[in-house]
Amino acid sequence: MNIALLIILAFLLLSIFLGIRSSKGKDMDLEQWTVGGRGFGAIFVFLLMAGEIYTTFSFLGGSGWAYGKGAPALYVLIYITLSYVLSYWLLPEIWRYAKENKLMSQSDFFVSKYKSPSLGILAALVGVVSMIPVIVVQLKGLGIIVSEASYGAISMSEAVWMGAISLTIYVMISGIHGSVWTAVIKDIMMVAIIGFLGIYLPIHYFGGFQPMFEAVDAAKPGFLKFPDQGLSVSWFISTVILLVFGFYMWPQVFSAVYSARSGKVFRKNAIISPLYTLMLLFVFFVGFTAILKVPGLVGADADLSLLRLSIETFDPWFIGIIGGAGLLTALVPGSMLLMSVATLLAKNVYKEFAPDVSDRHIVRLAKFLVPIIALIAVYFTLNGGETMSALILMGYSLITQLFPSLLLSLKRNNPINKFGAIAGIITGLAIVICITLSQSTIGTLFPSLPQAAKDLNVGIIALAVNFIVMITVSIAFRKHAVQLEPKSVNDI
Amino acid sequence: MKIIYILTLVPFIGILGFLPFVNPYVLGMPFNMFWMAMWVVLTSAILGIMYKLDPRNRE
Repeated sequence: MNIALLIILAFLLLSIFLGIRSSKGKDMDLEQWTVGGRGFGAIFVFLLMAGEIYTTFSFLGGSGWAYGKGAPALYVLIYITLSYVLSYWLLPEIWRYAKENKLMSQSDFFVSKYKSPSLGILAALVGVVSMIPVIVVQLKGLGIIVSEASYGAISMSEAVWMGAISLTIYVMISGIHGSVWTAVIKDIMMVAIIGFLGIYLPIHYFGGFQPMFEAVDAAKPGFLKFPDQGLSVSWFISTVILLVFGFYMWPQVFSAVYSARSGKVFRKNAIISPLYTLMLLFVFFVGFTAILKVPGLVGADADLSLLRLSIETFDPWFIGIIGGAGLLTALVPGSMLLMSVATLLAKNVYKEFAPDVSDRHIVRLAKFLVPIIALIAVYFTLNGGETMSALILMGYSLITQLFPSLLLSLKRNNPINKFGAIAGIITGLAIVICITLSQSTIGTLFPSLPQAAKDLNVGIIALAVNFIVMITVSIAFRKHAVQLEPKSVNDI
Repeated sequence: MKIIYILTLVPFIGILGFLPFVNPYVLGMPFNMFWMAMWVVLTSAILGIMYKLDPRNRE
């Protein structure tokens, strides 16, 4: 075992220790394990939310997309920034309603708003299906970090298994309190390392930022602009809008919203949070530097660019530090995701069919489900060849289908009923899944459309159809909707 | 509250609406990248102004 791997192992042990320490002395009932007893102040909520920005995706996938696609990678910077503008209005409303009704999950929100347990189950299943690709991204990141830091001694598949086992142990032990404390260390380390790499590498290899960009532009003309077709300006705008709508639809983000002490926290956090995303520029700088220094990484291998360039530049002990920080960027969001999927399945799907089981039983079931979900994610990690960015975009296209019915439920007189909400979500999902599986784009489906329309993100089309179906079905079933659905699916 | 609603739209128009027109190097970055980084900072400032003007922040 080399020094780099030893340092990464030390980081793993430290985060597990923090998880054990932070959960000590707390009765880990369902509310403590998932929403931290609803007692987090502005700083902790900020760290939990900001932890969602610095995942393995932004660390390795962001530099990978800058390396492989050029200017279109900037969508990461913009969608996160504009999501905070939406959060100013959206999150306090969600928090207030959740607090008044003592809700614990996103699924509870839909059940309560639409008086429909079946819509709650659907929302939970959409969350589970959407989060699997994102868990795959974290495992892929862990695999890349461990296998690259071992200088080839550990294969990618062995590294993915090691990552999955580490992640499972971490989640079982810590719950949300462990995630918060590890998030503090992770964010400090990420800011320091990304800042250092993003400034040092362009200066070391090119003498500065502008000479680096000029060299890239000379080697690959047009790479630093949005192309006229494909990942064009219209792709960028439609993708950013889709991702802004989806940013707060993730079930684990909902849980973080519930954990706040007051609704004002979100409006305050929205001010400073966009500045936090500026660090992503340095991630892109590393990717652009790698284009000329570690050429030849194609397809999903572009995600290796940050670590490959670092290995060419630094000693093994520093690779260990970078790998350790990278490990934390996978552990924190990965643990939140695994915990959310397990809780959704246990509380919002299983409990609907067995309403008499105790909360203690649900916590046990959720913890039992964690390794099973991790195994499913390992399967997809080892059998898929997508880039991290493609996986994230697929997850977003799915989860954003919850947005129209959630948004309209916040209106005082919601014009949508449960029939419309369910029909809209299912239609949107069906479109995304069909187009993803057939690997179509708007352009291949409708070749006669103008180029700007052909480049639109398919998720935004699914969202538009979802909205139309939701309105139409709600109007058609207006009379049926006055009869409220029973409280449990067993009563149907 | 009307001014806050208008301010909400400004970052969307500034970033997405102007993108076709902004696609010189500034601070070492290509112009399109600088434009977006500048709007990240401006968005933060706009949200700060919204917070100050919003009577709910005296829920």
